[in-house]
Amino acid sequence: MVVLLGIYYLAPFMRWDRGPHAPDQAILIDMTSSRAYFFFIDIWPQEIYYLTGILILAAIALFLATSLFGRVWCGYACPQTVWTDLFVWVERIVQGDRAKRQKLYKAAWSIEKLWKLGLTHFLWLVIGLLTGGAWVFYFNDAPTLLEQIIHFDVPWSVMGWIIALTGSTYVMAGFAREQVCTYMCPYARFQSAMFDKDTLIIGYDAERGEARGKHKKGDSWEGRGHCVDCTACVQVCPTGIDIRDGLQMECIACGLCIDACNDVMHKLELPADLIRYATTSSQDTRKTGTALPFKIWRPRTFYYAAIIAVVGAAILYGLLNRSLAEVHVLHDRNPLFVQLSDGSVRNGYDIRILNKTLEDKTYNLEVSGLNGLEMRVQGAGNLQAGALPVFAGSIGHFRVFLSAPKPGETRANIVFTLTDDQGVQYENYESVFVSGMP
Amino acid sequence: MTQNEKKIDEFTGTETTGHEWDGITELDTPMPRWWLIVFYVCIIWSVGYWFWYPTWPTFSGDGERGGTVGSAQWTQYKQLEEAQAEIKALRAEYESRFEAASFKGVQSDPTLYAFALAGGKSAFGDNCATCHGTGGAGASGYPNLNDDDWLWGGTVDDIYQTVSYGIRSPHDETRFSEMPAFADILSDSEISDLAGFVAAKAAGVDMPDIGATLYADNCAVCHADNAGGDKTLGAPNLVDAIWFYGGTQGEIEAQIKKPKHGMMPAWQDRLSENTLRQLAIYVHSLGGGE
Repeated sequence: MVVLLGIYYLAPFMRWDRGPHAPDQAILIDMTSSRAYFFFIDIWPQEIYYLTGILILAAIALFLATSLFGRVWCGYACPQTVWTDLFVWVERIVQGDRAKRQKLYKAAWSIEKLWKLGLTHFLWLVIGLLTGGAWVFYFNDAPTLLEQIIHFDVPWSVMGWIIALTGSTYVMAGFAREQVCTYMCPYARFQSAMFDKDTLIIGYDAERGEARGKHKKGDSWEGRGHCVDCTACVQVCPTGIDIRDGLQMECIACGLCIDACNDVMHKLELPADLIRYATTSSQDTRKTGTALPFKIWRPRTFYYAAIIAVVGAAILYGLLNRSLAEVHVLHDRNPLFVQLSDGSVRNGYDIRILNKTLEDKTYNLEVSGLNGLEMRVQGAGNLQAGALPVFAGSIGHFRVFLSAPKPGETRANIVFTLTDDQGVQYENYESVFVSGMP
Repeated sequence: MTQNEKKIDEFTGTETTGHEWDGITELDTPMPRWWLIVFYVCIIWSVGYWFWYPTWPTFSGDGERGGTVGSAQWTQYKQLEEAQAEIKALRAEYESRFEAASFKGVQSDPTLYAFALAGGKSAFGDNCATCHGTGGAGASGYPNLNDDDWLWGGTVDDIYQTVSYGIRSPHDETRFSEMPAFADILSDSEISDLAGFVAAKAAGVDMPDIGATLYADNCAVCHADNAGGDKTLGAPNLVDAIWFYGGTQGEIEAQIKKPKHGMMPAWQDRLSENTLRQLAIYVHSLGGGE
């Protein structure tokens, strides 16, 4: 938990040198200039599919983990659990253990109660504020923003996010807690689809435990189960289920019932693990007395792993072969074409050249597809189609006029070709040359 | 239906409204308390709002353009003025640089050029698009500003002059020329011959017949011997591919007999000097500028 929180809070302050034209924050989602930076990768908005790919990877990885070990994500890594644990920890330190807390809640209002409850909620809000505060650092230059926050000189958008995230952290981790898992989280509903007989779950050994019943010291264990019906497992359950009824949707695999039951078993001098992590198959085979090894490779896990490998490879391939420049062409609509005095026809185009590298470059734009095409670039100074300058990490916008003797067809297909000053050729862009109404 | 008598629904124990339709009665469920509180708070709020903000419309009064000014002294007009002042302050730097620069200077400075095009485009849409079209493509009788055929010249200075003073406008400095109506001078058959000669010449065929003599006697003085026109007189080029009023025999005849003359207003008194210059640069940039 400390590791996860540490990563969350410190990551935005990592630096990564990208030259003079780009921010030097290692992880930054820059909304105003619509770029996302992740170490050596910078993503333009049209490349958002990389993010989609990463989300698919994350989802399948979650499926794989679930089919192997049950609900480990929920119990150990889900932010909802991590922050709830953090909040409960604060509660325990300030107000004492569960029994003391219950007593405190029932007690009449006193200075002590006011102080303890007030401190708890204050600390919760501080944690919430730190959470929301850290979140906005991913979207702004962190050190600058930190300075602004210290001076209370924060833009309203940032302030709004901090307030919203502080509020949601406070409400979700302070009050909603496992209600979120039971009622709000969609994953809880469909995770059973990933479960099978070989998934590690928390299970009650009914064979050994039943028939349950109260047990007096000294009584024989013959003819009855080991469960003494002390309900310790039910009392500790944060989602309020009885694990002895079998696996249920609400179970977040936190394992508190295992610990509680083992304590009781220890006192009764019985073997531990009446409730334990086990697979359904091993529960079955245990009846026959044979131990079953935990099966990792099953068709299901194999499929998930295969999907992860394929998607991961696709993303990697995409990133490695990512085009570092793009050309986009928009044919003028008004006017569609212009009749020139010598009988030829002219078309206008809006050309955008995307320079995704971190250095200023010049590009060469050529056009083909029609005889006698002449290109002229309209712009300040003496712009030539052979040397169109585009600053690092930006989009160059050019007006281009093509003229040609009136072609036979009213719409001719033409192709724009972009090469950079190193001679590297990029993806072509198909457009049209219009010379008459269809 | 009886009044002043409470009717209680047996099943729910809730009071009914007393309305009954075929044995069905309507429960009189009270508004939720929180809702009522919000409602009353809104009413109290609105009282303060009446005094704080401009609320009461009047035909005259302290408020700009009628209406009360609330004690907050806030009006939308003021807000607009403030916003405009902000924009003007932002523009001021470019405006002064633009003012100091020559047309050539603007055209070689990417920042100023972008500034001029943006301003010119907006002014064009407001003032010029009515006749010349939003894309400047014109229409019959209204010149296409995208092509390379210019009646009065297509350099930035020429365009600036045309925009500022107009063509056949009431302004003293206006560009002016007028083609005579040849219906009173030539016979119908002569006009027909002349139109045939012009149409053929435009198509690249020289006809050394009666039309040529007529052309030399009547037209060449303005449209030039080679029919290439004269931009100082606004006389159109008759041999290019662009016809202002149409290039068929009939259309040419009609124009010779009783010429149409377009009129363009002078914008000098209506638009600022910077806007006029921006317009000239913008029109020049449409593609046909010389």
